[in-house]
Amino acid sequence: MPLPGPRMLDDLAIRARQNVGLVTAVLLFCILYLLYNLSHPKGFSPAVLVQNGDEIFALAMLAMAQTVPVLMSGLDLSVGAVMTMVACFASYLLTGAPEGTPLHLEIFGLYVGLGTFPGGIAGILLGMAVCVAIGTFSGFINGCVVVYGRIQPIIATLATGAVYIGIALFLRPTPGGKIDEDLNWAMTNSLGDFASTVHILDDGAAAWFAPFAWIPVPFVLLVLIALVVWLPFRRSVLGRAVYAVGSAEGAAYMSGLPIDRAKIAAFTLAGFFAGCGGLFLAIQTSSGNADIPQAGAYTLNSIASVVIGGTSLLGGTGGAIGSIFGAMILRVISFLFRIFDIAPLLQPLFEGLILLAAVSIGALRVLRVRNTLELFR
Amino acid sequence: MTTASLRLSRDDRPILIAALFILVILVAGTVYTFARFGSAPLLSPTYLLQQLQIGAFLGIVSAGMMIVILIAQIDLSVPWTLAAAAMMATSIGGPLAIPVGLGVGLLVGLFNGIGVAYLRVPSMIFTLGVNAVMRGLMVAHTGGYAPQTAATELMQTLASERTFGTPNALFVWAVVSVLVAVTLQRTPLGRYIYAIGNKEAAAYLAGVDTRRVTVICFMLCGLTAALAGVLLAGYSTKAYQGMGDAYLLPSIAAVVIGGTNILGGRGRYLGTLVGVVLIVLLNSILSIMDMPEAGRQVIYGLVIIFMLLVYGRGERVTS
Repeated sequence: MPLPGPRMLDDLAIRARQNVGLVTAVLLFCILYLLYNLSHPKGFSPAVLVQNGDEIFALAMLAMAQTVPVLMSGLDLSVGAVMTMVACFASYLLTGAPEGTPLHLEIFGLYVGLGTFPGGIAGILLGMAVCVAIGTFSGFINGCVVVYGRIQPIIATLATGAVYIGIALFLRPTPGGKIDEDLNWAMTNSLGDFASTVHILDDGAAAWFAPFAWIPVPFVLLVLIALVVWLPFRRSVLGRAVYAVGSAEGAAYMSGLPIDRAKIAAFTLAGFFAGCGGLFLAIQTSSGNADIPQAGAYTLNSIASVVIGGTSLLGGTGGAIGSIFGAMILRVISFLFRIFDIAPLLQPLFEGLILLAAVSIGALRVLRVRNTLELFR
Repeated sequence: MTTASLRLSRDDRPILIAALFILVILVAGTVYTFARFGSAPLLSPTYLLQQLQIGAFLGIVSAGMMIVILIAQIDLSVPWTLAAAAMMATSIGGPLAIPVGLGVGLLVGLFNGIGVAYLRVPSMIFTLGVNAVMRGLMVAHTGGYAPQTAATELMQTLASERTFGTPNALFVWAVVSVLVAVTLQRTPLGRYIYAIGNKEAAAYLAGVDTRRVTVICFMLCGLTAALAGVLLAGYSTKAYQGMGDAYLLPSIAAVVIGGTNILGGRGRYLGTLVGVVLIVLLNSILSIMDMPEAGRQVIYGLVIIFMLLVYGRGERVTS
């Protein structure tokens, strides 16, 4: 281990400057979350942590989903719709009935039996895989429409989002469905509860496991997905191509990067993340609900999270980790409203003002610009 | 006459195709209603005028939205600008109702414009925040309930009465349309708008005060949203929560279906007009068919993709 010499400090300073958005978001989150826990009567307790984790997960996933298209200077207005659609599928596939779930389609009075979806543990695992696959596939379709249809991402995903919401409404015209109770319990509580529900590690009583038993499952999932999916993608050729397309598409093309594949990969990955979010939302609420305003709110909040997390809407800089913190900041702010007993009527106003303040801080850049032309990027 | 003048320009092709598609909708809808009910409401002027009257609100919102899209920005604050204008107009009442409502729209537009043009915050996120703030202000103002105050006589007359058998709302839409079309085609401001949409830096170097023009565009968009809100409040005799939510995405869709480039700088107002009529007719046919909301959303999305596949395809970036 070399001593932190001047060169290493320089290196750190450069890295901090390159990730100033991420660092700011992390610091802001830490301050807000500390404030929250200090003022919460049961602050710093695992119960509060579990509750927060459940409320944060879906938005954090959507924020990651939104990050990837934004990095290549696109935008995905369908993430909320994909989440809602996947949640509606999940409310059919994850019932956990031991004898399986019979599925059928009814279109204009036509009744088509689709066989029985397997039940039990195998059925639940298969169902979760199918749900994530549906999300990924809808992202892939978005990518194909953008790349082969050559339609601007914002308007293409606006249209596909309407289609996905339509499918969700078709599946669940009224809220309903059911999710296996054990699955709900295992996924939305601490690691200890997870272990005792799925009967591993001596039902969670293994001695070495005790120090970790309090960690909420959603946080573990979030870290796992970030480490196993996002970081390898970012380091892959496709991931770098996504950043390159966001910085300068022409230059990326001239450098021989696989632009089309990068774009499709970006939207597919967004679909995967949104699908994970939808799956968790269904498990958490134990039902499927084709709620259009909720889908819209999640999409818009995902954009806000991305911006607060330090990713430029112009593309090319930032990352999904920052967006996770952006999502957590947004959520902690609404937790704080509950703590400080701010009248629910005033909450939307404060949310909007905080969002405006956050994005306007980035505007300080304008003051440093010497040549006005630099403004018009 | 040479063949060159007969060939359609790049901007006219979408308008023509969208107009043809309207005909297709009309014919298909008439065949459907004739087969099922033995009548053809889509061909009766009364029915069409009634549909267009409802479409006028969308048309007015789309006119402002188009101006903002032409300078390569977007205004997501339209829903609550519209609702705020309607709520303020009804709660003020009296002869000042309409000026106050429109003033609210101008103010919101000014605020949007300053944030986007001078602070250089991307419009996508800034107007989103302004929308949330307006919603917050209105929820705090009304207590979250539908306001009890009623629209004034003048607002109701403008929105739901008829003159010479034609709904007044259509006249308002026509006036807005003429003003916007003339501004875009015949005034320096219109030229600046297209120039900024193509390349803001170039417009700046050519001596255009691009930031001031951007502010003006957002103010115009706020003004049209407010006008639509005032009229909509007159049409339903009062303002209500979330009255603008149904206008944001359709107005963007109408502008884009009409051939305006979502990246700015290209598009004709006639196209937006055609786009609005297309969406209004599509909606009315789907409701004649008793299409459930699920089917509506799917068809809506597919139509947008289909129209853009026909004429909205961008060029590949190759340099």
